[in-house]
Amino acid sequence: MKLSDLANPTRFLSLTGRLLPYLAAATAIVLLIGLYLSATAPDDYQQGATVKIMFIHVPNAWLSMFVWAVMSAAALGTLVWRHPLADVAAKAAAPIGASFTFLALVTGSLWGRPMWGTYWEWDARLTSVLILFLMYLGLMALWRAVEDPSRAARAAAVLTLVGALNLPIIKFSVDWWNTLHQPASVFRMGGSTLDRAFLIPLLVMAVGFTLLFVTLHLAAMRNEILRRRVRALQMMQARASASELGPASPASQPA
Amino acid sequence: MTALAALIRRDIRIALRVGGGALIGVLFFLTVVVLMPFAVGPDLALLTRLGPAILWLGALLASLLTLDRLFMADHEDGSLDLIVMGRVPLELACAGKALAHWLAAGLPLVVATPVLGLLLNLDLLATAAVALTLLAGTPALTFTGMIGAALAVTLHRGGLLLAVLVLPLSIPVLIFGVAASEAAIAGPLSFGAPFSILCALSLVSFVVGPFAAAASLRHGLD
Amino acid sequence: MRLLASSLTCVRGGREVFSGLSFELAAGQLLAVTGRNGSGKTSLLRLIAGLLPQAAGSLALEGGDAELTLGEQAHYLGHRDALKPALSVLENLTFWRDFLGGEAFDAPESLAAVGLTHAAHLPAAYLSAGQRRRLSLARLLTVRRPVWLLDEPTNALDTSGQDMVAGLMREHLARGGLIVAATHAPLGLAARELRIGGAP
Repeated sequence: MKLSDLANPTRFLSLTGRLLPYLAAATAIVLLIGLYLSATAPDDYQQGATVKIMFIHVPNAWLSMFVWAVMSAAALGTLVWRHPLADVAAKAAAPIGASFTFLALVTGSLWGRPMWGTYWEWDARLTSVLILFLMYLGLMALWRAVEDPSRAARAAAVLTLVGALNLPIIKFSVDWWNTLHQPASVFRMGGSTLDRAFLIPLLVMAVGFTLLFVTLHLAAMRNEILRRRVRALQMMQARASASELGPASPASQPA
Repeated sequence: MTALAALIRRDIRIALRVGGGALIGVLFFLTVVVLMPFAVGPDLALLTRLGPAILWLGALLASLLTLDRLFMADHEDGSLDLIVMGRVPLELACAGKALAHWLAAGLPLVVATPVLGLLLNLDLLATAAVALTLLAGTPALTFTGMIGAALAVTLHRGGLLLAVLVLPLSIPVLIFGVAASEAAIAGPLSFGAPFSILCALSLVSFVVGPFAAAASLRHGLD
Repeated sequence: MRLLASSLTCVRGGREVFSGLSFELAAGQLLAVTGRNGSGKTSLLRLIAGLLPQAAGSLALEGGDAELTLGEQAHYLGHRDALKPALSVLENLTFWRDFLGGEAFDAPESLAAVGLTHAAHLPAAYLSAGQRRRLSLARLLTVRRPVWLLDEPTNALDTSGQDMVAGLMREHLARGGLIVAATHAPLGLAARELRIGGAP
């Protein structure tokens, strides 16, 4: 193994090890404040208390897209600079992004139930998020399909970037498709300007969820780095035992 | 240029000979379309209404089915190594292979559409509209699907994974393809708008597809 | 023309195959790469061909065409023969001649040189393993490239075939070509030897 490959992740591990407790604390505090503000926010004159789902739904929806942006940046890091941490960042982000996307779908559909009378409406936003969710799952399947992480990383990076190019196109076409098939009578959230009473808790929640993502992402990256080290050690062990048994013992193990 | 032409000629020739995938794609297309009435019932009015959608879905699945082997076959017999070592830029070679694939497997779908339109009780105008949209849209399916085919080489695994990765990317093509055909048949929208967007999608895929596929192949050789 | 390699390192799947490999090869010279199974002979050839990334080190072809990469000036004869069973022998060969580009020669003549004239119009699917190998070798003759990278060139060939390979290699060297060949068996030519097999 080359030590230079591990040097960078090692620094990353020690740095994040110190940083993570503070981040976790900040996340908890901001989320608590956000939840308190959301709980005390006034009811909407039209939607009643159900409007409060928005404080969870919108941050999740925002993160579902933000995480893909983070993965795209990491994908560039993988393809252009071949940085080992970039692979790790991209791989660790995918399941978290998928979770946020899933939560956005669930909260959206729970919100839709009282608004539309059904849990699922082929609404343009929900549909785009659903496709995004499918793409996250595809990406995760791709990561799982390949044993060698660096190989999987490059394939996933290509797909992530293609996805990033394609997502706006998908969003546009789904919007277009939606207006074609549905009259504009459907309820649309956030179309009008949001009152300050809603805006502030929403912003706080968005910051809180973003912090949550950063915390989870760093933790997942640490796990992934450690997992790769275990894999490298196991491979070295396998080779060491193989060469003990083999007839032609190698001269020396390169340091 | 002769090198690229040679590659395209070779791929078409292989696709059309015994064991090639071109005719299987058309056969699959036919089978999917024939299966539809069994699922929705032989109501001709309903089939007319669903016609463009059925034809588009069938074409989407058929082109995906045949794309699986686009790079895999060359990878397995070692040709891909030599293609990478050739003097034709890999992006261009990828585009050439995709073009050959479309000529051998995509174009026959367009040609088969009028026959299948009969089965679905589509009138002449509707059939022509669907065939025209397929002509404009199937290149986009081939050129985006090519990315999946290149990934399949990197991953040593095609089939279902390829479908899972590529199908979401082809949603815009499906939307505008079906919308344009329906606009031509029933209105109220003009045919021009969705059709131009469909053409634009194809043009975008001509650029993105070869670059992404070449990047994937280059990084994935082993 | 000289092929210079210094401290080449190859990493595959997170595993270091070999490291710090250096050699120098002048025009008209043959480098026989030997080593145990799995020591990285094929990896070295693929690395020179540009089919595998170099983890470290440098590679250069001095006196070659500066416009082209090393891989574009090399022929690679791998384990897999890059033949399409659906195409005829001649079609296979003319395709590679047209695709690879550069200084090209008559395809039927190259077929004759490897003793496949009688099979020119048969589908490649009907060829035996040895005949497939000969057809792959014809590819090296029909397009001229200065560097040959041969992976077990005598594989699947009988004695007369092995003699033929030795003859073709001798001619290529006499024209000022360079050959890097991974091999188990002696090639029957004067060669410099590079033994890989330090790291397991």
